[in-house]
Amino acid sequence: MVDFGFGLVPSSRMNLDLFDKDKYEKLAAIEPDVRICMACGSCTAVCTAGKYSQTSLREAIEDIKNAKPDKALEMLRCCQLCGKCSMVCPRGINTRNLILSITKVYSSK
Amino acid sequence: MTPLNYILAVQAADPEVIDRIPSGYSHFVIPFTIGITFFLCWIGVGCVRLLAAIPRTDRLRFWKSLFIPKNIVKNLKDLFGDCLFHVKIWQRKPLLGYMHSAIAFGWFMIILLGHIEVALFVPARLNVTRGGLFYPIFYRYFVWMNPGHTTLRGSFFFFLMDFFLLYILTGIALAVFKRFRSIVLGMRHTTKPSLADRIALYSLWMIFPMRLLAESFTADLSGGSFLTVGVNHLWHFLFGEKLLFTPFWWAYSICLGLFFVAMPFSRYMHILTEVLWILLRNAGIKPHHPRKGVAEAEIYACSSCGLCLDACPMNVQKKNLKYSSVYFIRFLRRHNEKKINAIADKCLMCDKCHALCPVGVDAPALRRAQRITVNNSLPYEYSYLALAGTAGAAAGLRPYSAAAERGWTRPGPDSCPADTVVPEVLYFAGCMTHLTPRIIKAVEKVFKAAGVDYAFADREGGICCGRPLMLAGKTEAAAKVIEANKRMIEESGCKTLVLSCPICYKVFKEEYHFEGIKVVHYTQFINDLIASGKLQVSKSDEKIVYHDPCELGRGSNVYIEPRAALDKVGTLVKAAKEYDESVCCGGSLGSLTLDNRDRAKITEASLDNLLVNDPDTIVTACPLCLKTFSETVSNSKHLLTDVKVKDFAEMI
Repeated sequence: MVDFGFGLVPSSRMNLDLFDKDKYEKLAAIEPDVRICMACGSCTAVCTAGKYSQTSLREAIEDIKNAKPDKALEMLRCCQLCGKCSMVCPRGINTRNLILSITKVYSSK
Repeated sequence: MTPLNYILAVQAADPEVIDRIPSGYSHFVIPFTIGITFFLCWIGVGCVRLLAAIPRTDRLRFWKSLFIPKNIVKNLKDLFGDCLFHVKIWQRKPLLGYMHSAIAFGWFMIILLGHIEVALFVPARLNVTRGGLFYPIFYRYFVWMNPGHTTLRGSFFFFLMDFFLLYILTGIALAVFKRFRSIVLGMRHTTKPSLADRIALYSLWMIFPMRLLAESFTADLSGGSFLTVGVNHLWHFLFGEKLLFTPFWWAYSICLGLFFVAMPFSRYMHILTEVLWILLRNAGIKPHHPRKGVAEAEIYACSSCGLCLDACPMNVQKKNLKYSSVYFIRFLRRHNEKKINAIADKCLMCDKCHALCPVGVDAPALRRAQRITVNNSLPYEYSYLALAGTAGAAAGLRPYSAAAERGWTRPGPDSCPADTVVPEVLYFAGCMTHLTPRIIKAVEKVFKAAGVDYAFADREGGICCGRPLMLAGKTEAAAKVIEANKRMIEESGCKTLVLSCPICYKVFKEEYHFEGIKVVHYTQFINDLIASGKLQVSKSDEKIVYHDPCELGRGSNVYIEPRAALDKVGTLVKAAKEYDESVCCGGSLGSLTLDNRDRAKITEASLDNLLVNDPDTIVTACPLCLKTFSETVSNSKHLLTDVKVKDFAEMI
């Protein structure tokens, strides 16, 4: 088959009814900083792992709010916890604990 | 009460010491005997359980270490230095050192001398079946000194016993005083004692005054020296000829019994566990579990003295006192899982509590072990490290085979990627240094000035060194990262690896186990360049204060080299606390849960510590410290100062 560069894009539909409020509140209880993210993307810009893989804390937080926790986990599984993101975050988010907490809360079924 | 037999025939030929109570037993010994029996059983079972929980290979290593001459010397030195004399406390806080060693060493000597006395004068009583457990302790009660036959030997022991009793009593007096005004002895905060601690503490305080009372009441019968005989005269003056002394011996015995029963549940367990911990520590055995085996020895060796409270940088805010190592260990002891995790995650891992601990309890290591139990099982996906088959690719290098293909960027006119010469020196900047490019610029400038033949391993971006993962307790994931980096660096064929981040330096030095590659921090490397004359520097009269980064100073024991180099470019001034007492900048990657506001408080405290001697420039050798300090200095409103923050390489 000739590859024309087109393909099927997975659905990007969001269903906010699926948003798991309990888990989000649980996460916010462990790491309240999740609420103050303003999605500037500084974390993604400096990410060490992001250079080689799809890793983005900003997107992970968005995905959680958009009821796509699995995608969020995928965004964080390559993280090396190097802490660059916490150094550049303009909101002073404790990113390393946020990443660990998201993984902890959303990995458990 | 036993009738007193004052009218014994006195003859010079009689023995020096006569059994006043031939049975060698009196009911008052019961509380003490119960206490000590319970305690000995407890510690016996505890020791066996503890050693059984240590992995077999470590256990073998432990037994072997007890027979290695070098280790024996170190063990003896540490046992005397740490357990009896508390040299480490003496060095930092003399009054506190005096207090501790008075009680520890004094008590040890009294027990030892008591047994020697019994062995010399009534050796048969040392036999356990004839009261050997309690007889030497209450020796003075059971004997009658023959006044017609006192020898120099006897008086010598009398003097020593009284001397050490007085020595202990001064220590106890200080200890009581410390409860009310600890700051006089050099401690701002002290530990809040638990119930068992209180019982043991008050009975410990009472033991020695009671001993003085008991012995002084019998001093005219059993003999004594300046202290007991002197007090005895006072009692005779007050209460007349006949003294009722048995109640005091009962009180003394009850205090001892109570202390030994409370001891296993209190902080005073450290008196004996310390010995085991020192032996394990010197054998080089590390804890594998936050609670079992070696960790247990460590937990019980903690004396809850609270020196770590003042040491902890988090404690600039009183609300963080509860996260100190002493409480972490207390909750580990109580298996309070929820609190353990909260405390373990808060710590900055600056290692100061470990450096200052009188018995060397490595609480940060226990905290990391605790984090492993929680975080190690979290999912991760690091297959990308092996992108294109080798780790080199992930590290921004071409997939590799010969040095020629590698694309090392070489400085100077011969910056030709196809150069086949293997670089002598490899510079690895690390994540944090990439966030502070001024360090990279300065380092490259220095290297060029000194004509160093080097290659820059992660100019195009590399992967993390693995230390942050280890600090977070994800050791398995860290092993993957370490493996990838190790391969990349070994393939480079370099001889020296230079690192500009102390976090990387520590992990490269301790976990990578390179063969034939020397791992140095850039402070060491540049200091060597200056010392060997390859780098010329000129001295200015700029006042410099050097901040010891935690991972470089306490973590890797590099204190001298950066100072030696800085001394050649400026005038070094002292900080309030430096070397192993330096205060963490607050930016540490060690803490998982400490939030931004708390960190800012720590940074300010750390800056205050550095600025006491009014320096022009703060110099640090860690990108993290540099960033934290420079941000705080530029933002801070209350620090009305124009101090500059510079990196070590920028300074040179």
